[in-house]
Amino acid sequence: MSDNRAAPEAAEAASAAPAASAGEADLTGTGTAASPGAAPGQGNRILREIMSGNALVSVLAVVVALVIGGLLIAVTDERVGAAAGYFFARPGDLFGALWASVSEAYGALVRGATYDPTARTWLGQLGIFETLTIATPLILAGLAVTIAFRAGLFNIGAQGQIILGASFSAAVGFGWNLPPVLHLLAVILAGAVGGAIWGGIAGVLKARTGAHEVIVTIMLNYIAINLIGYLLKSPLKDPNSSNPVSPALHDSAVFPLLLGPNFRLHAGFLLAVLAVIAVAWLLNRSTLGFELRAIGANPSAARTAGMVVSRGYIIVMLIAGALSGLAGVAQVAGTEKSLDAEVAGSIGFDAITVALLGRSTPWGTFFAALLFGAFKAGGTSMAVNANVSIDIVLVVQSLIVLFIAAPPLIRAIFRLKSASSRGAAA
Amino acid sequence: MSTTLAPTAPAQDRLIVRNWKVPVVFGILAAFALVVFAVLGPGGTATFRLSQDGDAWQLPNLVLPARATGIVVTVLCLALAALAYRQTQRTGRTERWLGVSFAILFVIGLMVWIIAGTNTQNITLVGLFTGAMLIVTPIVFGSLSGVLCERSGVVNIAIEGQLLAGAFTASLVASITGNALAGLVAAAVAGVAVSFLLAVFSIRYLVNQIIVGVVLNVLVAGLTGFLFEKIMKIKVEGATIYNQPPHLPNLPIPVLSEIPILGPTFFRQSILGYLMLVLVAVIWFALYRTRWGLRIRAVGEHPQAADTMGVNVNRTRFRNVLAGGAIAGIGGAYFTLVAVSSFSKDMTGGLGFIALAALIFGRWNPVGAFLAALLFGVAGNLQSVLSIAVTPVDGHFLAMLPYALTILAVSGLVGRARPPAASGVPYVKG
Amino acid sequence: MGTLKLELKGITKRFGSLIANDAIDLVVQSGEIHSLLGENGAGKSTLMNVLYGLYEPSAGQILVDDRPVTFNGPSDAMAAGIGMVHQHFMLVPVFTVAENVALGNEATGTGGILDLEQTRRKIRDISAKYGFDVDPDAVIEDLPVGVQQRVEIIKALVRDARILILDEPTAVLTPQETDELIDIMGQLKAAGTSIVFISHKLREVKAVSDRITVIRRGKVVGTAEPSASTTELASLMVGRSVSLTLDKAPARPGEETFQIRNLTVMNDAGQALVDNVTFSVAKGEIVAVAGVQGNGQTELTETVLGLRKHVHGSILLDGKELVGRSVRQVLDSGVGFVPEDRTTDGLVGSYTIAENLVLDLYGKKDFSRGFTLNRAAIAKHAAAKIDEFDVRTGSAEAPVATLSGGNQQKVVLARELSRPLKLFIASQPTRGVDVGSIEFLHKRIVAERDQGTPVLIVSTELDEVLELADRIAVLYAGRLMGVVPGDSSRDLLGLMMAGLNAEEAQAHLAGPDSARATTTEGEPA
Repeated sequence: MSDNRAAPEAAEAASAAPAASAGEADLTGTGTAASPGAAPGQGNRILREIMSGNALVSVLAVVVALVIGGLLIAVTDERVGAAAGYFFARPGDLFGALWASVSEAYGALVRGATYDPTARTWLGQLGIFETLTIATPLILAGLAVTIAFRAGLFNIGAQGQIILGASFSAAVGFGWNLPPVLHLLAVILAGAVGGAIWGGIAGVLKARTGAHEVIVTIMLNYIAINLIGYLLKSPLKDPNSSNPVSPALHDSAVFPLLLGPNFRLHAGFLLAVLAVIAVAWLLNRSTLGFELRAIGANPSAARTAGMVVSRGYIIVMLIAGALSGLAGVAQVAGTEKSLDAEVAGSIGFDAITVALLGRSTPWGTFFAALLFGAFKAGGTSMAVNANVSIDIVLVVQSLIVLFIAAPPLIRAIFRLKSASSRGAAA
Repeated sequence: MSTTLAPTAPAQDRLIVRNWKVPVVFGILAAFALVVFAVLGPGGTATFRLSQDGDAWQLPNLVLPARATGIVVTVLCLALAALAYRQTQRTGRTERWLGVSFAILFVIGLMVWIIAGTNTQNITLVGLFTGAMLIVTPIVFGSLSGVLCERSGVVNIAIEGQLLAGAFTASLVASITGNALAGLVAAAVAGVAVSFLLAVFSIRYLVNQIIVGVVLNVLVAGLTGFLFEKIMKIKVEGATIYNQPPHLPNLPIPVLSEIPILGPTFFRQSILGYLMLVLVAVIWFALYRTRWGLRIRAVGEHPQAADTMGVNVNRTRFRNVLAGGAIAGIGGAYFTLVAVSSFSKDMTGGLGFIALAALIFGRWNPVGAFLAALLFGVAGNLQSVLSIAVTPVDGHFLAMLPYALTILAVSGLVGRARPPAASGVPYVKG
Repeated sequence: MGTLKLELKGITKRFGSLIANDAIDLVVQSGEIHSLLGENGAGKSTLMNVLYGLYEPSAGQILVDDRPVTFNGPSDAMAAGIGMVHQHFMLVPVFTVAENVALGNEATGTGGILDLEQTRRKIRDISAKYGFDVDPDAVIEDLPVGVQQRVEIIKALVRDARILILDEPTAVLTPQETDELIDIMGQLKAAGTSIVFISHKLREVKAVSDRITVIRRGKVVGTAEPSASTTELASLMVGRSVSLTLDKAPARPGEETFQIRNLTVMNDAGQALVDNVTFSVAKGEIVAVAGVQGNGQTELTETVLGLRKHVHGSILLDGKELVGRSVRQVLDSGVGFVPEDRTTDGLVGSYTIAENLVLDLYGKKDFSRGFTLNRAAIAKHAAAKIDEFDVRTGSAEAPVATLSGGNQQKVVLARELSRPLKLFIASQPTRGVDVGSIEFLHKRIVAERDQGTPVLIVSTELDEVLELADRIAVLYAGRLMGVVPGDSSRDLLGLMMAGLNAEEAQAHLAGPDSARATTTEGEPA
């Protein structure tokens, strides 16, 4: 019946209980704690966040995922297999081999992602900059997922939005001739617009027809994949190449390198940091963010307070799309310098894991992106130096998110008390 | 007994809710047909070859003049659009057959237009369909997995992961045992394992089902990629031994396999192809004609009602998700035991998401999903057949078709795609 | 199919600290229609859910034919011969009647193949026996609510229910459908089925019952014969609890600045939820809308705020039309609105107290500069309001969900009263609020009146209505039964809430009771 407010007696009785946040944004099952802005008492809040167990669960989730990844590395290691063959004769060998394989792999991972004193060139020594380079699009796309989460929408479409943004910015980057600074700005703007169009489609359909944004964004991803296939076949294809790639962007259209020609780290990273600050401001300090978060946490209260929920959905998807588009810009105008079909790679899906690990706060997303960037950068060195496929990074990454999404599981593993009782004790 | 206890209510005027989407969409498409197929239609002919060399019965080629066909299609489309307008005017909605007829007509017009406009101007229908089956088969298995999960109320985004896990395991186990059937069984087990995680996290730990699905896809991609590097690349005497699965042979069915077009498409397949046909029929029957199906549908639509009638909601869901995993796992085996001869990284290439699209476009119905998969498969194969030819429309746009149609379906612009009411909603008793 | 005697002994059900049922004793003799009468929230549905095996009782015993039984779930209750028609139907909307009836109790052939024909036959038999006119192959969502209810009854009868619990069965029915249901109940009784009829509608209870048990606040407060007078039953149900006295000066009503004229609100199906309602509220006056839950009050207030579609008629504030305005425009025109359910509509649980205190004010220039929130101003505002409204909390930065119900309600009221108003609307202003807070909230509402604001209160608590109101408007089935003075008697209000208009109710109270009751009831209002 239309009278959806008629509550049975039991519900009436239960309404005395504290209100749970009813928002769809509460995807991790733990409630999105307000992120530490410069609000009064922020130090307190950070402390509370760390003590409340949510942060602890995140850390433990990473630990458990790394342990499982380590086991996987160990059991598939030939030396371990060999040592297991004579386990009863010399059991110590097995554990030695286990330790050797895991420490070798993770050691290579950490060194590759940060600092490796043994590398021959100082270029190879400073993997930390490669980490930052890889993290750049992850930060931007992660923000795209985060901001949509906060408004109660699940943006799986970062991949398609990246592709559109990258295509738009590439077209402007090699197709237009503009003075240096202006050209880069035009490229950035074009990328944001391209992504915003793709995100906006999902937002409008959600707001106007109620189409589930998850299905729409998944489908838009694949439409975008085919679209870029088409674009690289003729309109944007480099006529001088036999491969489906675009011409290189003009020098005036690419991000300047931050550390000289030896490192790939480019000014796109600064753009990403700016985006984090901007999104943090938008979510926590702006009237629009106030509105979007309210819509995400409790759409019916938002509606009663005069906010227009459907408009909020459209706006947030435009912003999310624009952020993903910027991730595409970072790829095209920063790291790759030309457009190819693999421009989005796995960034779109990594972005989801990044946002979840970052608990859908802007700075959380930033650090999660750095961590996953480090996994990727270190994973390459691990593959070379320890002969462990970089795919293990995907395994660890997905396990982290699974465990974070199910706090009861992590608490059960470590026999922790629930977050609420911990909070009360603290 | 008093019969007029309460005062009589004044007559209430009921609103007729008219849904204009169908006539509007028909109108737009018919206008498109008018301009593209009829007015600007290519002058040549489209030739459809209905038989292959060596077929028992040779059928003559079907030659259609492009513009004339375009005009006929346009006229019929316009007529259907007008009919849809009238039905909506009168009853507020349109009948189902209108949409189906319109879709078939439009597809015919589209194909004639494309083929007549290419430089080759002819196409082997049989080749088109048999080639399509290479894509259709895993899509159908994936969709059936989705049907079982979503009908019981669990959203399955992890179809892609289930297919990939099946493909990998089938190849590995079949290589080790030298037995393709063993690979098939192992693939089912791998699919169940993925499903088990989906079930545990979404039903037991109430984690958002979409998150679990997305993450499981990444997990399986990582795991199979890692093990592919670690195990399948191991070489013994210069050859990889863990990625050389024996094939499932094709088993043509006598007589049936000689039927023109249908024979080569459906009756010259491996055991997996036949299993697919059987499963579509069996799951459809089970879902709509058995106690098992009644309970599953009730659990997916209104779990509380099922619960008050003594049906164990979460147990039903758990079992269905596991069964779905087994089916998708077997579908994954198709990649390595039938379609190609070995496993490669990410070889499912997003077909799991097309399976999701087919499931939605087929309205969560096994037969509907099967038909949608056929449509998507033909579109996909047409794209690869035409990929070298110069065509009036780029093949990539054909490949977008499944996804675009699905978006239209969930937006309610084409048909009414209504998922099971409780799909995606965890059931907590009390 | 023999009849069954049912006995509940000392049933207690607690939810945390809340006692929904307190040592309830109830005997339903075989073959009788036993009514359970009580206001909303009195604990009737909880009791029946215990009986149907959905809740486990905290204490007490259920006896069927003098044998103690324990139910671990609905299946046990069904096996013992108890059937229940829930207030919110347990029917799968996309299933046919036959499929719904078969669910959980399916007749099958070999291999689990459904034999729906058998079910159809049973449905037709029962339909014929009781004159149900139910097509076994109709799809539930296409059926009117009254027919859906019959399907629920068929579900119970197919399972050989000998005791049928009907939980607020008339709440969703049109008057005609209610009459038909009453006929059906008579036939079921004649066929030997005992019925537990749960209702708060006096006239229906009187018309169908063999015996009546009245429940108030989780306790049995008395039993009555159906021959008891309506007045007697009403006072038993509503109670004559000593109300908190509120120091309230007499109203000095001014100009009638808020006017509702011929307001009709319909749902998507075109049924009228608010039906041609006209009344007005003057400056400096509190008008309380009284009525049993679900008689159009919620829709009335939502319509004023601009949340409803399908609105006909006119709502004027200071001569300006509110119908067709957006929520933001209505709020900006000076309407303060306290929604009925604060947790779903009034507050964002994860937001801080300070943020909730500006939930509909954040865009005003007091609290923002351009696009930026003025955090300092918001914090200052929060400190002032927490102090003024005595919100008990450690910090303005605590999530509002951590507050008690009373303090949450203070936050909502503080927010809505923190700007100059031309109209103040509060739905259920003290629902789920502790006694101490109730008094405070009532004082604030009266203070707003005394500042000259027109105040519209919606409450299902008669105590509250009588305490606050200068005038009382009673809604029944979306229609206005009349507007009466604030000091009207409970009996009068009880009769009006049961569907008599003001004149009828007054006549009813004046004359000899029972004889006239039936004649009055027979006439359309």
